[in-house]
Amino acid sequence: MARIIVVTSGKGGVGKTTSSAAIGIGLALKGHKVVLIDFDIGLRNLDLIMGCERRVVYDFVNVINGEATLNQALIKDKRVSSLSILPASQTRDKDALNKENVGKVLDDLAKRFDYIICDSPAGIEAGAMMALYYADEAIVTTNPEVSSVRDSDRILGMLASRSRRAELGLEPIKEHLLLTRYSPKRVEEGEMLSVEDVEDILAIPLLGVIPESQAVLKASNAGEPVILDTESDAGKAYQDVIDRLLGETVEFRFLVAEKKGILSRLFGG
Amino acid sequence: MALLDYFLRKKEKQVTTASKAKERLQIIVAHERNSRNKQPDYLPQLTADILNVLRKYVQVSDKSLSINLDNKGGELNVLELNIELQDENNPD
Repeated sequence: MARIIVVTSGKGGVGKTTSSAAIGIGLALKGHKVVLIDFDIGLRNLDLIMGCERRVVYDFVNVINGEATLNQALIKDKRVSSLSILPASQTRDKDALNKENVGKVLDDLAKRFDYIICDSPAGIEAGAMMALYYADEAIVTTNPEVSSVRDSDRILGMLASRSRRAELGLEPIKEHLLLTRYSPKRVEEGEMLSVEDVEDILAIPLLGVIPESQAVLKASNAGEPVILDTESDAGKAYQDVIDRLLGETVEFRFLVAEKKGILSRLFGG
Repeated sequence: MALLDYFLRKKEKQVTTASKAKERLQIIVAHERNSRNKQPDYLPQLTADILNVLRKYVQVSDKSLSINLDNKGGELNVLELNIELQDENNPD
């Protein structure tokens, strides 16, 4: 049985696509067969973060409309052969997706892949609802910031009421909290919500904490998901996320600010 | 003055912006969760009104009426009324 995981958030710009890309690569590097689906119809971006934007020929909507087969549309990752990407279409009608046709594509993918990662668009419109409808698990990507936390809570409500599992009365979607752009220093200064604060408010299990990191921008500049930057703090934090998704217990890192030396304290920096 | 600022700032820090954020979020999130799960505000009043109308004709206790508003997905809402009538020959 393939695990269908939606990466969602409500709010835009919190790191859904960055996280989807990192998680896709990470799971594939562990030997699993993974497909990453970009559900952001009209605003394709996952291809860019994955560095395969020039290899897109057919997209998700082409497959839905029967204009291309899955084999034609799936882009095999050049770094990890067990990973494929199904890009979003750029110009098409947003209403192209519906429960029936998305369900059919997911069924086909489930026969070939162990993990189906759905990169949700922002918002709570049809696209975001489609991305979460068939999910078994949800990675709720949240920044330690008021509007992001509030939107994440809205999404948790949607997961509990608007998903296939909710409609059929099945076991609810397994929810995970992924806190991104975390700055331990600002937390210590009382300027940012802490991990505990966000856990208190959202009340779902913590999957990972990704520190605010310059490596993330560098990674998207290069089209090399940040998890491949194994020296970076963000890369290591995503690696921990993968281990936890696969059932391991891994201690949380990067939660405390680096202690500054007396000199940098005095002279700033 | 910088020294004074330093000490003043330390004191002010007791209420940090992060704790304000947390407090505000806890309130708004709790409120929004309630309105998500809760039945609409008018249901208690509707229940009382219907009971009053019923009592013009039959004997009913407060517990004999239950009202539920169910969202069947999309545009369809179902208002469900359940009235239990007591046995007229054998009222308890």
